Amino acid sequence: MDVRLSAEQQALRDSAAHIVDRLGPHAVGQLDDRERVAKLDAAVAASGWRELRTPDDGERPLASAVEAAIVAEELGRGLADTPYLGPALATELRRLARAPVAVATETVALAPGLLELARIAPGAIPSGLEAIDAFGAATALVLLPAPDGHVLGEVALRPIKDQVEESVDLTRPTGRPEPIAALVLADQDRVLSDEDITRWNALGLALTSADLVGVMRGAVQLACDYAAQRRQYGAAIGSFQAVQHLLADAFVAMEGSRSATLHAAWAVDALPANDALAAGAVAKAYSARAARCVCETAIQVHGGIGNTWECLAHVYLRRALVSSDVLGGVGPNLTRVLAHHGIGGNDGLR
Amino acid sequence: MDFGDSPAEADFRLRLRDWLAANNPGLPTSSTDDDYWAGMAAWHQSLHGAGFFGMSWPAEIGGQGLSSVHDVILDDELAAAGAPPRPSLGYLVQGILEHGNDDIQRRFLPGIVNGRERWCQGFSEPDAGSDLAALRTRADRDGDEYVITGHKVWTSYSDDADWCLVLARTNHDVPKHEGISAFAVPMRQPGIEQRPLRMINGIFKEFGEVVFDGARVAAADMIGAPGEGWPLAMTVVSHEREPGELGFVARYRKLVKDLTSRVQRDPSRYGSEQVRDLGWAIIEAEMLRLHVSRRLSDRLDGIEHGPEGSVDKLLMTEVEQAVGHAALSVGGTGHGDSDDTWLKVYLYSRAQSVMGGTSQIQRNLIARRILGLPTS
Repeated sequence: MDVRLSAEQQALRDSAAHIVDRLGPHAVGQLDDRERVAKLDAAVAASGWRELRTPDDGERPLASAVEAAIVAEELGRGLADTPYLGPALATELRRLARAPVAVATETVALAPGLLELARIAPGAIPSGLEAIDAFGAATALVLLPAPDGHVLGEVALRPIKDQVEESVDLTRPTGRPEPIAALVLADQDRVLSDEDITRWNALGLALTSADLVGVMRGAVQLACDYAAQRRQYGAAIGSFQAVQHLLADAFVAMEGSRSATLHAAWAVDALPANDALAAGAVAKAYSARAARCVCETAIQVHGGIGNTWECLAHVYLRRALVSSDVLGGVGPNLTRVLAHHGIGGNDGLR
Repeated sequence: MDFGDSPAEADFRLRLRDWLAANNPGLPTSSTDDDYWAGMAAWHQSLHGAGFFGMSWPAEIGGQGLSSVHDVILDDELAAAGAPPRPSLGYLVQGILEHGNDDIQRRFLPGIVNGRERWCQGFSEPDAGSDLAALRTRADRDGDEYVITGHKVWTSYSDDADWCLVLARTNHDVPKHEGISAFAVPMRQPGIEQRPLRMINGIFKEFGEVVFDGARVAAADMIGAPGEGWPLAMTVVSHEREPGELGFVARYRKLVKDLTSRVQRDPSRYGSEQVRDLGWAIIEAEMLRLHVSRRLSDRLDGIEHGPEGSVDKLLMTEVEQAVGHAALSVGGTGHGDSDDTWLKVYLYSRAQSVMGGTSQIQRNLIARRILGLPTS
């Protein structure tokens, strides 16, 4: 056992931090800076992070889910407004189905409510599906029934014109499918089993938890910076215990989430699928509860400014709300954890 | 990054598991009864005798000389076997290892580690709680000895202890943090009076007051240099805040396991609120296990005594109190039957946000030393 990041993992983290610090949005006004967004997108595309889960010569992914989570955390911290979660999860589906690597940006479509990957009938017109993290993606993967499992299908997505105005999360808009029947993805060599889908869910829980950890780190830093410079009663508000204790609690909640999330990411490739899912559910339930509270604290510390559109605090909160909802937040994952311990039904969750 | 066992760690785990299968004393769930603490003294010696205590401490003091993460495996297996947790005294060992000279280490540490000598900690006083450096107990030089006069409180297990690690003022002419020294004071002597305190769970055993009135300690039994008492105290309390040092993960996971079995046996008795409280206790205890894995991994290249212990302390408190709430919710107060085990577990959990430094103090430390927030 050695739960420290390796030298390579630290280098990956540093390189992701570098890109997002240089090209991510540092103010709400920068969210519509299309030139900046294009540069960030190009840098992330060149990094190969969206393809970390493509297969090596055999069937194993090029990089473990720990590497994928390290990137997710940094992109969350820096509010990276370029696709990562969606393409990474689509890449994993293609690897599991032994389908060829995607030629254009694609994402995944979830069922209404975002609790699971969409399952639709072949030939049916998709409706109500939500393609997560869909900026720049023309298609999204879904599940279609097959005789002994599922195969991948793809739905066409309506173009997203304005990435800031069209979604809850101002950094990662949700896409809607075109009213066109789903097509079976070409050249799949393998039918997806329930176990494959469980393991894919485990990856999704680990990556969304990692995004939440990053969002919490970013929100705590934003609030600490503000508390150090904002003055009232002749002193920086960060010198007041009432403010200090809010921020200390936020930091602690982030650290606990991070410990659970690192384990969830490790578990994706190291544990049996059901145990990996349970590890993901522990991390997600904990991180989702923590992230909402931490982002609310960031707004509170900013006072009136924190309640204005111009303050980045709500951008963190919005991103946290969407990352929480993807594959379930507190409630569904509490249910998954209890089911893993033999208590209660699992309400049909996988 | 790897949460899994190396081959050597896996061997260790199996050896431990086999030993536990034959040697678990099966003490009761409650960690608060007098019988439990008598049993724990025997358990300490049994665990140490079999080579399963003091995993990362040096062999010269009776430790096992293995890597820090062996304590994670130890806690895992203790919890899985439903065995009692390991004794919580690593903070004393760390304090003496860090500040005691060779002679002090050789004379005192083996007895602490093997459990043949019991220790208590004389830090807090009636007027020096969170503001520990305000302590007034004094040690006055008299030939080759010091004479101790003062009043200590919240002294756990002082009635059983052979020795007390006492902080006392030896220099009254310097700022308050600089005039304190630490001593290993023998407890069985005239000039020491014990007064038990009853805790909110009803027991007298754990807490006490100790009045020193002319107690004597050899000058050679000062730990560290004159005036080094404050840095020593900070080393001790920084480790007293770490669940990895205390071994509390095993205790929480055993409690959670017992509560889970209770619900599994008769699920129809429990409503959704109760099950939800249990779910959070499961998640919290698991989070702490993983957090301790991370923190003990950070020690693989050596120990640092930094402010991160305050983060650990607040997480540990959150977990203990979530487990306490699940105990109250699922176990109940016991007024329907005579078993108040779970009520006692709940009541005991309230102390965790006070002992070893209050949650308020931990938040102050995190704000200043980790977040770098300004002082007023």
